[in-house]
Amino acid sequence: MTAVNRRQVMALGAGALAAAAAIAPAQANDAADLIKKFTGGKPATEGKVKLDLPEIAENGNTVPMTVSVESPMSEQSHVTEVLVVGDGNPNGGMAKFHFSPLSGAAEANTRIRLAATQNITAVAKMNDGSFYTASKQVKVTIGGCGG
Amino acid sequence: MATAVKPRIKLDKKEAKKGDIVEVKALVQHVMETGQRKDAQGQTIPRKILNKFACTVAGKQVFAADFEPAISANPYIQFKFKATESGPVVLTWTDDDGSTIVGEETITVT
Repeated sequence: MTAVNRRQVMALGAGALAAAAAIAPAQANDAADLIKKFTGGKPATEGKVKLDLPEIAENGNTVPMTVSVESPMSEQSHVTEVLVVGDGNPNGGMAKFHFSPLSGAAEANTRIRLAATQNITAVAKMNDGSFYTASKQVKVTIGGCGG
Repeated sequence: MATAVKPRIKLDKKEAKKGDIVEVKALVQHVMETGQRKDAQGQTIPRKILNKFACTVAGKQVFAADFEPAISANPYIQFKFKATESGPVVLTWTDDDGSTIVGEETITVT
């Protein structure tokens, strides 16, 4: 019984279709997956996190970004990590910041590349295991990842 | 080559009272090649970025970051730390090839 019959072919086709459908609704890059991996599937609450980005970036090659999280940064309550992703770049990941009570303030500023208009999301992980998030859309006039 | 680069580091205060928040600004020269671009021959230019950054004060880590290719060329980083003891403020960037760029400042805590 090595011959492949019609039913098997159909099943194979359906399987491939289902696999394609599973991939299709996801965004162009791995941003959502990265967040899921970071939070371990836990929901992140809106708030506490502040993303400071320009509304419109004329040059996507270097866009100033400040991320800050409201926290006393004490031994009892502090931010441990902040993940920043964008959904319009070839790769979703942008940066991950590691904080500790010695950081004093959960705030970091850097300059990022944006290939196109996209949503930037920051997810903060607190020492008690909760997650907070904020998103912001940046309109990009000239992309920063071109060749 | 990257190891010869001298990063520019600025602390907003060199002397701080215990518990003060000190702001650090640092800029380092690096191409931060994304691995997405192609050269004139259509060959992909291999990725070469600084993928890790860490700052220690008096030997204790106060801040660290993982960078992705989405960080601009000549990466700039600004962060804060709480002054607890005097000592060297050491900033280290790690390249994809394993080499490091190190910069140092000193903080005096009174």
